[in-house]
Amino acid sequence: MERQIRRLATAFLILFGLLAVNVNYIQVIAADDLANHPANKRLLIQEYDINRGTILASDRSTVLARSRATTDDLKYLRRYPRGRLYGHLTGFYSFVFGRSRLEQSFNPYLSGRSDEQLPQRFIDEVLGRDQRGASIVLSIDPRLQKIADRGLGARQGAVAAINPQTGEVLALASRPSYDPNPLSSHKPREIRRTWDRLNADPDKPLLSNASDQFFPPGSTFKVVVAAAALENGMGPNSTVPNPLELDLPQTTETLENFGGSQCPGGSQISLAQALQVSCNVAFGQFGLKLGGEKLAEQARRFGFNQTIPFDVPFQEGAFPDPSAFDQDQPGLAFSAIGQKDVRVNVLHLALVAGSIGNDGVLMTPRLVREIRDPSGRVLRTLQPEPWGEPMSASSARKLTRMMTAVVEAGTATGAQIPGVSVAGKTGTAQHPGGDPHAWFLAFAPAEDPTIAVAVVVLNGGDLGSEATGGAVAAPIAREVMEAALSG
Amino acid sequence: MSATAQSQRRRRNSELGLVILATILALGAYALVGLGRDERVPVGILAYGLLVSGGYVFAHLVVRRFAPDADPIFLPTAGLLSGLGFAVIYRLDPDRAAAQAGWLLFGLVLFALTLVVVRDHRQLDAFTYTIGFLGLVLLLLPLVPGLGTEVRGARVWIDVGALRFQPAEIAKVLIVVFAASYLSARKELLAVATRRLGPLALPEPRHLGPLLFAWLVSLAVLFFQKDLGSSLLFFGLVVVLLWVATARFAYLLIGTVMFAAGAAFAYRTFTHVQDRITVWLHTFDPEFIQDEGYQIAQSLFAMATGGIAGTGLGQGRPQDIPDAPTDFVFAAVGEELGLLGTIVLLLLFVMLVARGFRTALTRADDFGQLLAAGLATILALQTFVIVGGVTRLIPLTGITLPFVSYGGSSLVANFALLALLVRTSAGPARKEDGG
Repeated sequence: MERQIRRLATAFLILFGLLAVNVNYIQVIAADDLANHPANKRLLIQEYDINRGTILASDRSTVLARSRATTDDLKYLRRYPRGRLYGHLTGFYSFVFGRSRLEQSFNPYLSGRSDEQLPQRFIDEVLGRDQRGASIVLSIDPRLQKIADRGLGARQGAVAAINPQTGEVLALASRPSYDPNPLSSHKPREIRRTWDRLNADPDKPLLSNASDQFFPPGSTFKVVVAAAALENGMGPNSTVPNPLELDLPQTTETLENFGGSQCPGGSQISLAQALQVSCNVAFGQFGLKLGGEKLAEQARRFGFNQTIPFDVPFQEGAFPDPSAFDQDQPGLAFSAIGQKDVRVNVLHLALVAGSIGNDGVLMTPRLVREIRDPSGRVLRTLQPEPWGEPMSASSARKLTRMMTAVVEAGTATGAQIPGVSVAGKTGTAQHPGGDPHAWFLAFAPAEDPTIAVAVVVLNGGDLGSEATGGAVAAPIAREVMEAALSG
Repeated sequence: MSATAQSQRRRRNSELGLVILATILALGAYALVGLGRDERVPVGILAYGLLVSGGYVFAHLVVRRFAPDADPIFLPTAGLLSGLGFAVIYRLDPDRAAAQAGWLLFGLVLFALTLVVVRDHRQLDAFTYTIGFLGLVLLLLPLVPGLGTEVRGARVWIDVGALRFQPAEIAKVLIVVFAASYLSARKELLAVATRRLGPLALPEPRHLGPLLFAWLVSLAVLFFQKDLGSSLLFFGLVVVLLWVATARFAYLLIGTVMFAAGAAFAYRTFTHVQDRITVWLHTFDPEFIQDEGYQIAQSLFAMATGGIAGTGLGQGRPQDIPDAPTDFVFAAVGEELGLLGTIVLLLLFVMLVARGFRTALTRADDFGQLLAAGLATILALQTFVIVGGVTRLIPLTGITLPFVSYGGSSLVANFALLALLVRTSAGPARKEDGG
């Protein structure tokens, strides 16, 4: 009997050993996976116990996001007092769909988990206080943001305004937008319903037209072509022939001017004149003359097909690979007037405009200016950083003068501001999906700009097929610039 | 002073020291729960402190007086287990903790009473069939109309006045006593092998009677009471003890085959048995995780979130695990005390079980050997089944974790079981082991 008892004891020892191994597996080896399993609410509840930091506009008094204590299981509720107006900047904070945009990219600071906040966190822990996150102060000027949004009105489109010397984003508005409040509520059904509705919307309100989406830029892209020309030995007075329409190589297709009209200036037209009146026939020829390689190289220097770091997700512009033009010279001509497969959004275009005004230096765009701990002490100030130098200072000054003429006596007279010299360029981009997109980019004061703006109104806005960049987009840009320069 | 008296005093003094240590640890855990959850020491700490320290010192004095040769490990180990259990129950539900404290006191009284009444474990050997019959009656009592009550599908409760009791818990102890007594008397007979099948010696078919009877009873418990846990424990115990008593491997084999047959039949017949298996295999499937699989998933999440060191008492969310104070108390410990807590719990159980088997090995009489081995087996089996269930090592069977889980019947019955182990360990030992 003793033998059996010994064996039995051994058998149970083995079974208990199995339990110990299994417990080690659950609590050590698989612990991370299990703890972070989406159906495990524990870490989520811990996260919502944190008094998450506030997101403020540049005036430090306009609250874009704040946390409010509740009596729910999830203690702090995230509120966005300005709702839709800043939805694409703040992002949402949802326990079903996670975080987005600034809520995601600055989560370590907002949740108090950054290294700089370690001492603070320790003190809060010792005193038994709720953990508090740091506040982030944006460069967004709430006045400009409102003007930009109102300027778009019911029309779909986007506005971007930056300080060309620092890269700070002063306004970034998109229509349509969405209200992050219902997505950040503590009611799963409300969250899912809102999510389904937003995703079913054909206008895609969850995507920002200002920074996520890109569109054919039309004639605004001519500033890139002009920059390429100036960087490759041509000058404002370099000329090309000026026919009514351009016969394109390799095909019977022709390239026409806007409305099929004849550009002024006789049999030859200069680069400066061509930019002023936005002459397609001339820019088609400049494009063909420069060739795909040089155009692509200039676009690359402006950040097309490159990575430009930004505080929220950002879609850089796209320009086709030059090899695509070997068998497609008409495609090159159309690309030179911002059609075909060239794509850009207003934030990138504002950076392009800003770099022209900033003596050829493109600044890294920034949304967050500083980070402050809960007591108001500055934890970190984000310094301006140049991203690249798309063109020489002298080319930039030449291009600036050419763009000033566009506003003074060209296609963008609607953007004039009394007493201030404005440099700009219009665009009216044809696309198969609907009425043309109306574009405008500008910076002011032209000689030493403090603001650069880009505007797009999609699908003609309220003017439909009659829409032009000068008529639809330029007035919005002018309003934003006027407000910025007076403030 | 004689050598015996000296050894007795040494044993009892170490028992007293360990009991005091266990009480301090239990009170410390209770205070930590209050600090962690409410940021103050619980107001009940004085009353509870007096109650448990008084109760355990009283139990110790009874052992000192009536079982001076007993193994000194049993009482303090059970004391620490029930103390940790109390702290976790208080953390989850203070009302239930108050009830548990009452049951604990009652359990200690029953512990003392058992030691006072049963002066020698061999006394029990004289009442084989009375005890067996009583055990069977208690096991099947909930089936009596008007007396039994169905709670969440299982008919395992009886209502006596305002009290609700699970008689199977006490039946479990009585059946161990019966089985040990019956088998110690018949082990030679049952071991007679008349035929061989290869290396296997087969017992006479008519000697399979006891096994068949146990099988039928456990099936009845399973079918009519829907009590998977008791059924499993009961049958497992009988098979294991048969094998220990007769050394006939055939009983183990036949028992396993019968168990498999019963399990297969139960699987085909009961949807709730099927559900258990499905959930065990597919806990994290999206279609189960919020419904049938919720409990086990929450249990695993709780333990994983606790990690190595745990969240700290009162700092986690063990209340999110359904049945945390009863069947899932192990997971609640795992969340707030971490791997350290779960390993300590397992070690305490290993200690209890190992001491039980040690007692069995050192007894001079067959009945004492089988009794201690049976009590250790039922303790080990029950612990393995529930801990394995909540950690998803095996499919879940809803039973309590001895001494730790909330539940009056279970706590009281386990103190009776503990008293029998203490009593047996105080009985005459085999010569070669000395003392």
